[in-house]
Amino acid sequence: MAQLEIRNVTRRFGDFVAVNDVSLSIEAGEFFTLLGPSGCGKTTILRMIAGFDLPDAGQILLDGKDLADTPAEKRPIHTVFQSYALFPHMTVAQNIAFPLRMARRPATEIENMTREILEQVYLTDKASAYPHELSGGQKQRVALARGLVNRPRLLLLDEPLGALDAKLREEMQIDLINLQRDVGVTFVFVTHAQVEALALSHRIAVMDQGKVEQVDEPAKLYGLPKTRFVADFIGHINQLEAQVVESAHGHLRLAVDGLGEIIAPPLKDAAVGTKGVFAIRPEQVRIGVHGEMEELKNHFSGVVHNLLYRGEVSVYKVELANGAIIEALLPNSAPGRAELFKVGDAVKLGWRHDAGMFLRD
Amino acid sequence: MRSSWAGATMPGCSCVTESVHRLVPAARLTKWLVSGPPFLFLLLFFVMPSVIMVLASFRYPGEFGGLAPLAATDPGVLQGVTLETYQFFFSDPIYGQVFVKSIFMALSTTLICLTMAYPLALLIARSPKKSRDLMVLLVILPFASNFLIRVYAWMIVLGPQSALSQMVNGFLQWFGIAPVHLLFSPFAVLIAMVYVHLPFMVLPLYTNLEKHDPSLLDAAQDLGANAWQRFWRVTFPLSLPGIFSGSALVFIPVLGMFAIPDILGGTGDMLIGNLIKEQFLGTRDWPFGSTLSIMLTIAVLLIAWFTARVAGHRGSYA
Repeated sequence: MAQLEIRNVTRRFGDFVAVNDVSLSIEAGEFFTLLGPSGCGKTTILRMIAGFDLPDAGQILLDGKDLADTPAEKRPIHTVFQSYALFPHMTVAQNIAFPLRMARRPATEIENMTREILEQVYLTDKASAYPHELSGGQKQRVALARGLVNRPRLLLLDEPLGALDAKLREEMQIDLINLQRDVGVTFVFVTHAQVEALALSHRIAVMDQGKVEQVDEPAKLYGLPKTRFVADFIGHINQLEAQVVESAHGHLRLAVDGLGEIIAPPLKDAAVGTKGVFAIRPEQVRIGVHGEMEELKNHFSGVVHNLLYRGEVSVYKVELANGAIIEALLPNSAPGRAELFKVGDAVKLGWRHDAGMFLRD
Repeated sequence: MRSSWAGATMPGCSCVTESVHRLVPAARLTKWLVSGPPFLFLLLFFVMPSVIMVLASFRYPGEFGGLAPLAATDPGVLQGVTLETYQFFFSDPIYGQVFVKSIFMALSTTLICLTMAYPLALLIARSPKKSRDLMVLLVILPFASNFLIRVYAWMIVLGPQSALSQMVNGFLQWFGIAPVHLLFSPFAVLIAMVYVHLPFMVLPLYTNLEKHDPSLLDAAQDLGANAWQRFWRVTFPLSLPGIFSGSALVFIPVLGMFAIPDILGGTGDMLIGNLIKEQFLGTRDWPFGSTLSIMLTIAVLLIAWFTARVAGHRGSYA
């Protein structure tokens, strides 16, 4: 049995359907992420799990028990808020002890548990500081400690890294992974930042317009997106409008207007004539001069349209014969590699027959 | 390495700030032009009169009010400098009693105002933004009519022929209790004090409560606090600055108030304000009036100092 089960949950605000018939099951000890653009319903789901909102239809079960009649303060579920929501009139230690005091734990236990979690988030020396004396990262860690100290069944995190700068965010990501592994509490994380979701999660549910598009492990989500939305939302992807001309056991033959044919990995039930897009990640596209790409099943001529030097990689935007722009990623590991092609150069693009995927409309 | 760093930065820092000050004389002139007039106003009409009052308290009263001359003009007339007024104040317990009664009245008014204003301020602060302004307007609406008229209105409301009086006494009669006079009693004074000063408590409380981050209450609830605990552990401690400023705005004016006890109080309901007013306008003993006024100021400062000390322990986060 899953630890948290969301069964056919729907939530409407007037005419707007914020959450539309969503079902999810989250296992104990999992780092589960709800990922989607703002307004996709992920925060509404989080608020319903926490108890700040109730579903119009459907059920939320924790360890098999329906939570509908349990008010937020009685749920063994804690939240780390986007704004941290630390109590400004309490010290770090008092903030962290708050849930323990509410649970009426004995004083010595409160003291020990507070000290222990303070050590775990490296804030022992800040125990008697007030929130306004802390940096963003420290506030973040206090909020985490406060959420975890009472060992909830579930910790909900609402875009907790949103307010931190890029470098600190990366450090906090690593801290979060370690902390979750150490305490073993199930994390439900909400974010719109796909990089963060990929780095942190065991599993991710990608949401759009109140519906769950796909639930999968990060690598599968990135490598094998099931819908155009997921493919587009997670990372960068090239898309070419295509139509199936042959659906064989081992491969798919696609026709692209003005370009020719592409050999793609097979897709179940993709009948001849099915329309959709051929999608391929920039790092799977190879770029070279004439004659270098012939051993690949898919190769096309193009002209370098733009070149973005990004330090570790260069991104080439190449215009193909039909006017489509394809991105290709070239690592800059070899010296002088970035200088290889210039804007206006005629180049060849190529990719393996088992790279990319066909996504139905 | 570390200490040399500190040594190098410190003087550098002060140099920068100094040069900034030197570079902008125009800004300094503006600062003085802006803050000069109110400063001068307070100097002339608050500091100077206070000094005059302190000096006056050590003098003898003049024959028809005012002060007796410092140097002799007529033999047999009291003159010069004296501590008599202070001796007089401490020798007769009646003055201490009036002080205690006045402080008690001011405390009761403040506490009643606080318990009435808090729910109201909370209600306004948690209403939709659109209706808040209207509600605040309603709170300050009584100021649109004259203070004395509003106090006189209570004479009618509390008078023996009023519906309120008849209802109360009818009710008392039911239980066989003798009828009471609502008007010209400490009760009448208290009710009017509360009525007049309530907005001064509501406004600072509302201003404070309105700024509270609602996510703090969500967090408290999320962490296991019920509605009662959310109020006492989050809302109330965070509203202490509002409670203190509201209380000061009620307590201090009530302590010096003479109009309300004059109009609604009985003969025995004299407060410090009445006493001081009486010295200047009635018995024409300016030095003693000054002494009473100084003692009142000292009492207020002592109370303020004590409150600040208590508040300092709790409110040091701000």
